[in-house]
Amino acid sequence: MTNLRGNVAIVGTAESDLGQVAPDMTPFDLMAQGTMRALDNCGLKLSDVDGYFCATAQSRMVAMAMCEYLGIQPKIFDSTQIGGSSFMAHVAHVQAAVAAGVCEVAVVAYGSTQRTVSRAASSSRDPIPHEDPYRPFMPSSAYAMAAARHMHQYGTTREQLAAVAVAARDWAKLNPVAFRREDLTIEEVLSAPMISYPFTVRDICLVTDGGGAIVLTTPERAKDLKLKPAYVLGTGEYISHNTITCMPDLTVSGAAYSGPIAYKKAGVGAKDIDVFELYDAFTINTLLFLEDLGVVKKGEGGAFVASGAIAPGGKVPVNTNGGGLSYCHPGMYGLFLLIEAARQIQGVCGDRQQKNVDLALAHGNGGVLSSQCTVILGSEETL
Amino acid sequence: MSDNGEKSPLAVFREHCAKGELAYQVTKDGKPIYYPRIVAPGTGGPLTWKVSKGLGTVYATTTVFPRKGDPYDVSLIDLDEGFRMMSRVENIDPMKVTIGLRVKVRMIAATEKEPPYPVFDPVEAAR
Repeated sequence: MTNLRGNVAIVGTAESDLGQVAPDMTPFDLMAQGTMRALDNCGLKLSDVDGYFCATAQSRMVAMAMCEYLGIQPKIFDSTQIGGSSFMAHVAHVQAAVAAGVCEVAVVAYGSTQRTVSRAASSSRDPIPHEDPYRPFMPSSAYAMAAARHMHQYGTTREQLAAVAVAARDWAKLNPVAFRREDLTIEEVLSAPMISYPFTVRDICLVTDGGGAIVLTTPERAKDLKLKPAYVLGTGEYISHNTITCMPDLTVSGAAYSGPIAYKKAGVGAKDIDVFELYDAFTINTLLFLEDLGVVKKGEGGAFVASGAIAPGGKVPVNTNGGGLSYCHPGMYGLFLLIEAARQIQGVCGDRQQKNVDLALAHGNGGVLSSQCTVILGSEETL
Repeated sequence: MSDNGEKSPLAVFREHCAKGELAYQVTKDGKPIYYPRIVAPGTGGPLTWKVSKGLGTVYATTTVFPRKGDPYDVSLIDLDEGFRMMSRVENIDPMKVTIGLRVKVRMIAATEKEPPYPVFDPVEAAR
Protein backbone atom coordinates (compact mmCIF):
# COMPACT_ATOMS: atom_id res chain seq x y z
CA MET A 1 0.00 0.00 0.00
CA THR A 2 1.26 3.49 -0.87
CA ASN A 3 2.15 5.51 2.19
CA LEU A 4 0.20 8.74 1.96
CA ARG A 5 1.99 10.32 4.94
CA GLY A 6 1.86 14.08 4.54
CA ASN A 7 0.40 14.07 1.00
CA VAL A 8 -2.22 16.61 2.09
CA ALA A 9 -2.42 19.27 4.78
CA ILE A 10 -5.25 21.05 6.52
CA VAL A 11 -4.64 24.67 5.55
CA GLY A 12 -7.87 26.41 6.55
CA THR A 13 -10.40 25.91 9.33
CA ALA A 14 -13.61 27.64 10.35
CA GLU A 15 -16.63 27.24 12.53
CA SER A 16 -19.97 28.47 11.28
CA ASP A 17 -22.29 30.22 13.72
CA LEU A 18 -22.54 28.01 16.80
CA GLY A 19 -24.82 27.50 19.77
CA GLN A 20 -28.31 28.70 18.92
CA VAL A 21 -28.25 29.99 15.35
CA ALA A 22 -30.71 32.47 13.79
CA PRO A 23 -34.27 31.28 13.08
CA ASP A 24 -34.80 29.36 9.82
CA MET A 25 -31.07 28.85 9.29
CA THR A 26 -30.53 25.47 7.56
CA PRO A 27 -27.66 22.96 7.80
CA PHE A 28 -26.76 24.00 4.24
CA ASP A 29 -26.53 27.66 5.27
CA LEU A 30 -24.12 26.69 8.05
CA MET A 31 -22.02 24.50 5.74
CA ALA A 32 -21.81 27.31 3.18
CA GLN A 33 -20.87 29.79 5.91
CA GLY A 34 -18.21 27.40 7.21
CA THR A 35 -16.89 26.68 3.72
CA MET A 36 -16.40 30.35 2.81
CA ARG A 37 -14.92 31.23 6.21
CA ALA A 38 -12.45 28.32 5.94
CA LEU A 39 -11.44 29.35 2.40
CA ASP A 40 -10.97 32.95 3.58
CA ASN A 41 -8.98 31.62 6.52
CA CYS A 42 -6.32 30.17 4.20
CA GLY A 43 -6.61 32.49 1.20
CA LEU A 44 -8.20 30.12 -1.32
CA LYS A 45 -11.32 30.81 -3.39
CA LEU A 46 -14.47 28.80 -4.01
CA SER A 47 -13.34 28.35 -7.62
CA ASP A 48 -10.22 26.54 -6.35
CA VAL A 49 -12.32 23.78 -4.75
CA ASP A 50 -12.32 20.59 -6.83
CA GLY A 51 -13.31 18.12 -4.08
CA TYR A 52 -16.28 18.47 -1.70
CA PHE A 53 -16.82 16.13 1.24
CA CYS A 54 -19.67 16.61 3.69
CA ALA A 55 -22.11 14.91 6.01
CA THR A 56 -25.13 15.83 8.09
CA ALA A 57 -27.93 13.89 9.75
CA GLN A 58 -30.46 16.36 8.35
CA SER A 59 -30.13 15.62 4.63
CA ARG A 60 -30.22 12.37 2.69
CA MET A 61 -28.17 13.64 -0.25
CA VAL A 62 -26.11 16.39 1.23
CA ALA A 63 -23.28 16.47 -1.34
CA MET A 64 -25.84 17.22 -4.06
CA ALA A 65 -27.49 19.85 -1.91
CA MET A 66 -24.18 21.58 -1.24
CA CYS A 67 -22.93 21.47 -4.85
CA GLU A 68 -26.16 23.16 -5.93
CA TYR A 69 -26.10 25.66 -3.05
CA LEU A 70 -22.49 26.68 -3.70
CA GLY A 71 -22.76 26.42 -7.49
CA ILE A 72 -19.75 24.14 -7.81
CA GLN A 73 -19.09 21.03 -9.90
CA PRO A 74 -16.22 19.35 -8.04
CA LYS A 75 -14.34 16.44 -9.62
CA ILE A 76 -15.09 14.34 -6.55
CA PHE A 77 -17.84 14.56 -3.97
CA ASP A 78 -18.49 12.27 -1.02
CA SER A 79 -21.09 12.19 1.72
CA THR A 80 -19.91 9.13 3.62
CA GLN A 81 -22.13 8.97 6.71
CA ILE A 82 -20.81 6.99 9.66
CA GLY A 83 -21.95 9.41 12.33
CA GLY A 84 -19.59 11.68 14.24
CA SER A 85 -16.42 10.18 12.80
CA SER A 86 -17.52 10.79 9.17
CA PHE A 87 -15.15 13.72 8.80
CA MET A 88 -12.08 11.68 9.78
CA ALA A 89 -13.12 9.19 7.09
CA HIS A 90 -13.50 12.11 4.67
CA VAL A 91 -9.91 13.17 5.43
CA ALA A 92 -8.73 9.64 4.59
CA HIS A 93 -10.75 9.78 1.37
CA VAL A 94 -9.24 13.19 0.51
CA GLN A 95 -5.77 11.66 0.90
CA ALA A 96 -6.68 8.86 -1.50
CA ALA A 97 -8.31 11.22 -4.01
CA VAL A 98 -5.30 13.56 -4.03
CA ALA A 99 -2.92 10.60 -4.35
CA ALA A 100 -4.94 9.39 -7.33
CA GLY A 101 -4.73 12.83 -8.95
CA VAL A 102 -8.48 13.35 -8.75
CA CYS A 103 -8.45 16.65 -6.85
CA GLU A 104 -6.09 19.20 -5.31
CA VAL A 105 -8.23 21.41 -3.08
CA ALA A 106 -10.83 19.65 -0.95
CA VAL A 107 -13.34 20.99 1.53
CA VAL A 108 -14.76 18.86 4.36
CA ALA A 109 -17.92 20.45 5.78
CA TYR A 110 -20.64 19.94 8.37
CA GLY A 111 -23.77 21.73 9.51
CA SER A 112 -26.60 21.04 11.94
CA THR A 113 -29.50 22.95 13.43
CA GLN A 114 -30.40 20.26 15.96
CA ARG A 115 -30.85 22.69 18.86
CA THR A 116 -33.25 24.79 16.80
CA VAL A 117 -35.31 21.94 15.32
CA SER A 118 -34.85 19.42 18.21
CA ARG A 119 -32.72 16.29 18.37
CA ALA A 120 -35.58 14.05 17.29
CA ALA A 121 -36.33 16.13 14.21
CA SER A 122 -32.66 16.46 13.23
CA SER A 123 -31.68 12.81 13.07
CA SER A 124 -34.09 10.03 12.22
CA ARG A 125 -33.03 6.66 13.58
CA ASP A 126 -33.07 3.38 11.67
CA PRO A 127 -35.62 0.93 13.08
CA ILE A 128 -33.80 -1.71 15.18
CA PRO A 129 -36.28 -4.55 15.82
CA HIS A 130 -33.95 -6.29 18.29
CA GLU A 131 -33.59 -3.19 20.48
CA ASP A 132 -36.60 -0.91 19.94
CA PRO A 133 -39.08 -2.81 22.17
CA TYR A 134 -36.92 -2.01 25.21
CA ARG A 135 -36.95 1.77 24.62
CA PRO A 136 -33.25 2.45 25.27
CA PHE A 137 -32.68 6.23 25.36
CA MET A 138 -30.27 6.27 22.44
CA PRO A 139 -27.49 6.96 22.11
CA SER A 140 -27.10 7.67 25.85
CA SER A 141 -28.17 4.23 27.10
CA ALA A 142 -25.60 2.44 24.94
CA TYR A 143 -22.74 4.53 26.32
CA ALA A 144 -24.22 4.22 29.82
CA MET A 145 -23.95 0.45 29.56
CA ALA A 146 -20.33 0.78 28.43
CA ALA A 147 -19.72 2.94 31.51
CA ALA A 148 -21.48 0.41 33.76
CA ARG A 149 -19.29 -2.34 32.36
CA HIS A 150 -16.11 -0.28 32.84
CA MET A 151 -17.15 0.46 36.44
CA HIS A 152 -17.82 -3.25 37.02
CA GLN A 153 -14.56 -4.50 35.53
CA TYR A 154 -12.14 -1.80 36.67
CA GLY A 155 -13.75 -0.13 39.67
CA THR A 156 -14.16 3.13 37.76
CA THR A 157 -16.39 5.53 39.72
CA ARG A 158 -19.00 8.12 38.82
CA GLU A 159 -16.72 10.73 40.42
CA GLN A 160 -13.93 9.77 38.01
CA LEU A 161 -16.30 10.06 35.05
CA ALA A 162 -17.43 13.46 36.35
CA ALA A 163 -13.79 14.60 36.34
CA VAL A 164 -13.90 14.35 32.55
CA ALA A 165 -16.82 16.79 32.41
CA VAL A 166 -15.11 19.18 34.84
CA ALA A 167 -11.85 19.12 32.84
CA ALA A 168 -13.78 19.85 29.65
CA ARG A 169 -15.50 22.77 31.37
CA ASP A 170 -12.20 24.18 32.59
CA TRP A 171 -10.86 24.08 29.01
CA ALA A 172 -14.08 25.72 27.74
CA LYS A 173 -13.44 28.69 30.03
CA LEU A 174 -10.39 29.40 27.83
CA ASN A 175 -12.44 29.26 24.61
CA PRO A 176 -14.45 32.44 23.92
CA VAL A 177 -16.93 30.62 21.64
CA ALA A 178 -17.64 27.73 24.03
CA PHE A 179 -21.34 27.24 24.80
CA ARG A 180 -20.96 26.55 28.56
CA ARG A 181 -18.28 28.46 30.42
CA GLU A 182 -19.64 28.81 33.97
CA ASP A 183 -18.04 26.88 36.84
CA LEU A 184 -18.79 23.18 37.10
CA THR A 185 -17.90 20.90 40.02
CA ILE A 186 -17.80 17.12 40.44
CA GLU A 187 -20.71 17.42 42.87
CA GLU A 188 -22.79 19.36 40.32
CA VAL A 189 -22.19 16.68 37.69
CA LEU A 190 -23.23 13.92 40.11
CA SER A 191 -26.36 15.70 41.37
CA ALA A 192 -27.64 16.83 37.94
CA PRO A 193 -30.81 15.10 36.64
CA MET A 194 -30.22 11.40 35.96
CA ILE A 195 -30.77 10.47 32.29
CA SER A 196 -29.53 6.88 31.87
CA TYR A 197 -27.65 5.55 34.89
CA PRO A 198 -24.74 6.17 35.57
CA PHE A 199 -25.06 9.31 33.42
CA THR A 200 -26.59 12.56 34.56
CA VAL A 201 -27.21 15.26 31.99
CA ARG A 202 -23.71 16.63 32.74
CA ASP A 203 -22.07 13.35 31.65
CA ILE A 204 -23.68 13.91 28.25
CA CYS A 205 -22.63 16.22 25.43
CA LEU A 206 -24.38 19.50 24.70
CA VAL A 207 -27.19 19.83 22.18
CA THR A 208 -26.23 22.82 20.05
CA ASP A 209 -26.50 24.06 16.49
CA GLY A 210 -23.33 24.52 14.52
CA GLY A 211 -21.14 23.62 11.62
CA GLY A 212 -17.88 24.41 9.96
CA ALA A 213 -15.35 23.35 7.38
CA ILE A 214 -11.72 22.54 6.81
CA VAL A 215 -9.75 23.02 3.61
CA LEU A 216 -7.11 20.50 2.57
CA THR A 217 -4.59 20.71 -0.23
CA THR A 218 -1.21 19.42 -1.41
CA PRO A 219 2.05 20.38 0.37
CA GLU A 220 3.06 22.34 -2.75
CA ARG A 221 -0.04 24.55 -2.71
CA ALA A 222 -0.07 24.72 1.10
CA LYS A 223 3.24 26.61 1.14
CA ASP A 224 1.78 29.80 -0.38
CA LEU A 225 -1.21 30.12 1.94
CA LYS A 226 -1.86 32.30 5.00
CA LEU A 227 -1.29 29.87 7.87
CA LYS A 228 1.05 27.02 8.80
CA PRO A 229 -0.14 23.76 7.24
CA ALA A 230 -1.17 20.88 9.50
CA TYR A 231 -0.05 17.83 7.55
CA VAL A 232 -2.09 14.63 7.59
CA LEU A 233 0.46 12.07 8.74
CA GLY A 234 -1.80 9.08 9.26
CA THR A 235 -5.41 7.94 9.42
CA GLY A 236 -7.07 4.79 10.76
CA GLU A 237 -10.68 3.70 10.34
CA TYR A 238 -12.53 0.89 12.08
CA ILE A 239 -16.15 -0.22 12.38
CA SER A 240 -16.75 -2.83 15.09
CA HIS A 241 -20.57 -2.92 15.08
CA ASN A 242 -23.67 -0.85 14.41
CA THR A 243 -26.01 -1.65 17.33
CA ILE A 244 -24.71 -1.85 20.89
CA THR A 245 -26.04 -5.44 21.11
CA CYS A 246 -23.29 -6.47 18.70
CA MET A 247 -20.33 -4.61 20.25
CA PRO A 248 -17.87 -7.40 21.10
CA ASP A 249 -16.59 -5.92 24.39
CA LEU A 250 -18.19 -2.76 25.82
CA THR A 251 -14.91 -1.76 27.50
CA VAL A 252 -12.79 -1.84 24.32
CA SER A 253 -13.68 0.51 21.47
CA GLY A 254 -12.59 0.33 17.85
CA ALA A 255 -10.06 3.05 18.73
CA ALA A 256 -7.88 0.14 19.84
CA TYR A 257 -7.69 -0.73 16.13
CA SER A 258 -7.96 2.65 14.37
CA GLY A 259 -5.32 4.18 16.66
CA PRO A 260 -2.52 1.70 15.93
CA ILE A 261 -3.26 1.91 12.17
CA ALA A 262 -2.92 5.71 12.30
CA TYR A 263 0.18 5.62 14.55
CA LYS A 264 1.86 3.16 12.20
CA LYS A 265 1.19 5.25 9.10
CA ALA A 266 2.38 8.40 10.91
CA GLY A 267 5.44 6.65 12.35
CA VAL A 268 4.71 7.96 15.84
CA GLY A 269 3.30 6.62 19.12
CA ALA A 270 0.96 7.85 21.84
CA LYS A 271 3.88 9.30 23.84
CA ASP A 272 4.83 11.58 20.94
CA ILE A 273 1.44 13.29 20.64
CA ASP A 274 1.32 16.85 22.04
CA VAL A 275 -2.47 17.30 22.16
CA PHE A 276 -5.37 14.85 21.96
CA GLU A 277 -8.79 15.85 20.65
CA LEU A 278 -11.07 12.91 21.56
CA TYR A 279 -14.76 12.66 20.74
CA ASP A 280 -16.40 13.19 24.16
CA ALA A 281 -20.06 12.58 23.44
CA PHE A 282 -20.19 11.12 26.96
CA THR A 283 -17.72 11.18 29.83
CA ILE A 284 -16.93 7.47 29.35
CA ASN A 285 -15.72 8.17 25.80
CA THR A 286 -12.69 10.13 26.94
CA LEU A 287 -11.69 7.30 29.31
CA LEU A 288 -12.11 4.60 26.67
CA PHE A 289 -10.17 6.53 24.04
CA LEU A 290 -7.31 7.45 26.39
CA GLU A 291 -6.97 3.72 27.08
CA ASP A 292 -7.57 2.43 23.57
CA LEU A 293 -5.23 5.00 21.99
CA GLY A 294 -2.44 3.93 24.35
CA VAL A 295 -2.17 7.00 26.61
CA VAL A 296 -2.87 4.83 29.68
CA LYS A 297 -3.34 1.10 30.21
CA LYS A 298 -6.82 -0.45 29.99
CA GLY A 299 -8.68 0.15 33.23
CA GLU A 300 -6.44 3.02 34.39
CA GLY A 301 -8.38 5.81 32.68
CA GLY A 302 -10.51 6.64 35.71
CA ALA A 303 -7.63 7.30 38.09
CA PHE A 304 -5.78 9.16 35.33
CA VAL A 305 -8.54 11.69 34.64
CA ALA A 306 -9.31 12.11 38.36
CA SER A 307 -5.68 13.15 38.91
CA GLY A 308 -6.20 16.28 36.80
CA ALA A 309 -3.97 14.95 34.02
CA ILE A 310 -6.27 16.01 31.18
CA ALA A 311 -7.37 19.40 32.58
CA PRO A 312 -5.65 22.71 31.75
CA GLY A 313 -2.12 22.52 33.19
CA GLY A 314 -2.23 18.70 33.31
CA LYS A 315 0.38 16.50 31.71
CA VAL A 316 -1.71 15.44 28.70
CA PRO A 317 -3.82 18.21 27.12
CA VAL A 318 -7.14 16.64 26.05
CA ASN A 319 -10.05 18.42 24.33
CA THR A 320 -8.46 21.83 24.54
CA ASN A 321 -11.52 23.54 23.03
CA GLY A 322 -13.84 22.38 25.83
CA GLY A 323 -15.07 19.36 23.87
CA GLY A 324 -18.53 18.16 23.04
CA LEU A 325 -19.29 18.38 26.74
CA SER A 326 -18.81 22.16 27.05
CA TYR A 327 -17.77 23.82 23.74
CA CYS A 328 -20.32 22.64 21.19
CA HIS A 329 -21.97 19.45 20.03
CA PRO A 330 -24.20 19.86 17.01
CA GLY A 331 -24.98 16.14 16.63
CA MET A 332 -21.95 14.92 14.66
CA TYR A 333 -19.00 16.56 16.35
CA GLY A 334 -16.00 15.00 14.58
CA LEU A 335 -15.20 17.96 12.35
CA PHE A 336 -14.60 20.21 15.37
CA LEU A 337 -11.90 17.83 16.64
CA LEU A 338 -10.06 18.18 13.33
CA ILE A 339 -10.48 21.97 13.48
CA GLU A 340 -8.99 22.18 16.98
CA ALA A 341 -6.16 19.73 16.25
CA ALA A 342 -5.16 21.68 13.13
CA ARG A 343 -5.37 25.01 14.98
CA GLN A 344 -3.16 23.76 17.82
CA ILE A 345 -0.50 22.95 15.20
CA GLN A 346 -1.05 26.30 13.49
CA GLY A 347 -0.61 28.03 16.85
CA VAL A 348 -3.79 30.12 16.61
CA CYS A 349 -5.66 28.96 19.74
CA GLY A 350 -5.25 32.04 21.94
CA ASP A 351 -5.52 31.45 25.69
CA ARG A 352 -5.75 27.69 25.28
CA GLN A 353 -2.85 27.37 22.84
CA GLN A 354 -0.38 24.69 23.97
CA LYS A 355 3.34 25.34 23.55
CA ASN A 356 5.31 23.71 20.72
CA VAL A 357 2.57 21.53 19.28
CA ASP A 358 4.07 19.43 16.51
CA LEU A 359 1.77 16.40 16.70
CA ALA A 360 -1.98 16.47 17.32
CA LEU A 361 -4.39 13.55 17.31
CA ALA A 362 -8.08 13.90 16.46
CA HIS A 363 -10.20 10.86 17.23
CA GLY A 364 -13.76 10.60 15.93
CA ASN A 365 -16.54 8.34 17.16
CA GLY A 366 -19.83 7.54 15.47
CA GLY A 367 -23.06 5.75 16.31
CA VAL A 368 -22.93 3.91 19.62
CA LEU A 369 -19.13 3.50 19.84
CA SER A 370 -19.59 1.96 16.39
CA SER A 371 -17.26 3.76 13.98
CA GLN A 372 -13.87 4.89 15.22
CA CYS A 373 -11.54 6.97 13.06
CA THR A 374 -8.22 8.49 14.07
CA VAL A 375 -6.33 11.26 12.27
CA ILE A 376 -2.80 12.32 13.24
CA LEU A 377 -1.69 15.78 12.16
CA GLY A 378 1.85 17.14 12.21
CA SER A 379 3.74 20.38 11.71
CA GLU A 380 6.27 20.83 8.91
CA GLU A 381 9.00 19.69 11.36
CA THR A 382 7.43 16.22 11.52
CA LEU A 383 7.57 15.57 7.77
CA MET B 1 -47.15 -10.74 -5.28
CA SER B 2 -44.37 -13.29 -5.00
CA ASP B 3 -45.34 -16.55 -3.28
CA ASN B 4 -41.91 -18.19 -3.23
CA GLY B 5 -39.96 -15.67 -1.16
CA GLU B 6 -38.15 -16.67 1.99
CA LYS B 7 -39.82 -15.75 5.29
CA SER B 8 -38.09 -12.82 6.99
CA PRO B 9 -35.83 -13.75 9.92
CA LEU B 10 -37.74 -11.28 12.08
CA ALA B 11 -41.06 -12.96 11.24
CA VAL B 12 -39.67 -16.38 12.20
CA PHE B 13 -38.30 -14.96 15.45
CA ARG B 14 -41.70 -13.47 16.30
CA GLU B 15 -43.53 -16.73 15.45
CA HIS B 16 -41.33 -18.40 18.07
CA CYS B 17 -42.06 -15.57 20.55
CA ALA B 18 -45.80 -16.13 20.03
CA LYS B 19 -45.24 -19.76 21.11
CA GLY B 20 -43.30 -18.62 24.18
CA GLU B 21 -39.94 -19.54 22.65
CA LEU B 22 -36.76 -17.45 22.52
CA ALA B 23 -35.27 -18.38 19.16
CA TYR B 24 -31.74 -17.81 17.90
CA GLN B 25 -29.67 -19.06 15.01
CA VAL B 26 -26.50 -21.11 14.69
CA THR B 27 -23.92 -21.34 11.92
CA LYS B 28 -22.77 -24.61 10.34
CA ASP B 29 -20.00 -24.68 12.97
CA GLY B 30 -22.51 -24.25 15.77
CA LYS B 31 -21.68 -20.60 16.52
CA PRO B 32 -24.74 -18.83 17.97
CA ILE B 33 -25.95 -15.71 16.14
CA TYR B 34 -28.27 -12.93 17.30
CA TYR B 35 -30.10 -10.82 15.94
CA PRO B 36 -31.82 -13.01 13.33
CA ARG B 37 -30.32 -12.79 9.83
CA ILE B 38 -30.57 -14.31 6.35
CA VAL B 39 -26.90 -15.36 6.28
CA ALA B 40 -24.12 -15.90 8.82
CA PRO B 41 -21.95 -12.83 9.48
CA GLY B 42 -18.33 -13.32 8.45
CA THR B 43 -18.92 -16.25 6.10
CA GLY B 44 -22.27 -15.66 4.40
CA GLY B 45 -23.06 -19.30 5.15
CA PRO B 46 -26.41 -20.82 6.09
CA LEU B 47 -28.08 -20.46 9.49
CA THR B 48 -30.42 -22.82 11.31
CA TRP B 49 -32.90 -21.95 14.04
CA LYS B 50 -32.72 -23.17 17.63
CA VAL B 51 -34.71 -22.46 20.77
CA SER B 52 -32.88 -21.16 23.84
CA LYS B 53 -33.45 -22.52 27.32
CA GLY B 54 -33.97 -18.87 28.22
CA LEU B 55 -31.41 -18.63 31.01
CA GLY B 56 -28.78 -15.92 31.00
CA THR B 57 -26.62 -13.43 32.87
CA VAL B 58 -26.73 -9.63 32.79
CA TYR B 59 -23.64 -8.43 30.86
CA ALA B 60 -24.32 -4.68 31.05
CA THR B 61 -27.16 -2.57 32.40
CA THR B 62 -28.57 0.92 32.64
CA THR B 63 -31.68 2.49 34.12
CA VAL B 64 -33.49 4.96 31.87
CA PHE B 65 -35.09 7.96 33.60
CA PRO B 66 -37.76 9.19 31.17
CA ARG B 67 -39.19 12.70 31.39
CA LYS B 68 -42.61 11.17 32.07
CA GLY B 69 -43.21 7.85 33.81
CA ASP B 70 -41.15 5.57 36.00
CA PRO B 71 -37.50 4.61 35.51
CA TYR B 72 -37.01 1.29 33.72
CA ASP B 73 -34.22 -1.17 33.03
CA VAL B 74 -32.37 -1.73 29.76
CA SER B 75 -29.80 -4.53 29.84
CA LEU B 76 -27.64 -6.64 27.60
CA ILE B 77 -28.12 -10.31 28.50
CA ASP B 78 -25.62 -13.08 27.74
CA LEU B 79 -27.69 -16.23 27.15
CA ASP B 80 -26.20 -19.51 28.30
CA GLU B 81 -26.09 -20.74 24.68
CA GLY B 82 -23.53 -18.01 23.94
CA PHE B 83 -25.41 -15.17 22.27
CA ARG B 84 -26.11 -11.65 23.57
CA MET B 85 -29.35 -9.69 23.30
CA MET B 86 -30.84 -6.45 24.54
CA SER B 87 -33.81 -6.81 26.86
CA ARG B 88 -35.48 -5.50 30.01
CA VAL B 89 -35.24 -7.12 33.43
CA GLU B 90 -38.60 -6.85 35.19
CA ASN B 91 -39.97 -7.68 38.64
CA ILE B 92 -37.03 -5.95 40.33
CA ASP B 93 -36.18 -2.30 41.09
CA PRO B 94 -34.33 -1.31 37.87
CA MET B 95 -31.52 0.27 39.92
CA LYS B 96 -30.99 -3.13 41.60
CA VAL B 97 -30.30 -4.92 38.30
CA THR B 98 -26.58 -5.66 38.48
CA ILE B 99 -24.02 -7.09 36.11
CA GLY B 100 -23.81 -10.82 36.77
CA LEU B 101 -27.47 -11.19 37.81
CA ARG B 102 -28.96 -14.51 36.64
CA VAL B 103 -32.16 -14.04 34.66
CA LYS B 104 -34.83 -16.11 32.92
CA VAL B 105 -36.81 -15.21 29.82
CA ARG B 106 -40.55 -14.46 29.79
CA MET B 107 -42.63 -13.45 26.75
CA ILE B 108 -44.67 -10.28 26.56
CA ALA B 109 -47.75 -11.22 24.56
CA ALA B 110 -48.60 -9.42 21.36
CA THR B 111 -50.94 -6.43 21.51
CA GLU B 112 -52.65 -4.52 18.72
CA LYS B 113 -49.77 -2.05 18.77
CA GLU B 114 -46.79 -4.33 19.30
CA PRO B 115 -45.66 -7.85 18.32
CA PRO B 116 -44.64 -10.27 21.10
CA TYR B 117 -41.15 -9.81 22.56
CA PRO B 118 -38.94 -11.36 25.26
CA VAL B 119 -38.15 -9.79 28.63
CA PHE B 120 -36.36 -11.30 31.62
CA ASP B 121 -36.98 -11.82 35.34
CA PRO B 122 -34.39 -12.46 38.03
CA VAL B 123 -34.05 -16.23 38.40
CA GLU B 124 -35.10 -16.01 42.06
CA ALA B 125 -38.34 -14.17 41.21
CA ALA B 126 -39.05 -16.52 38.29
CA ARG B 127 -39.19 -19.63 40.45
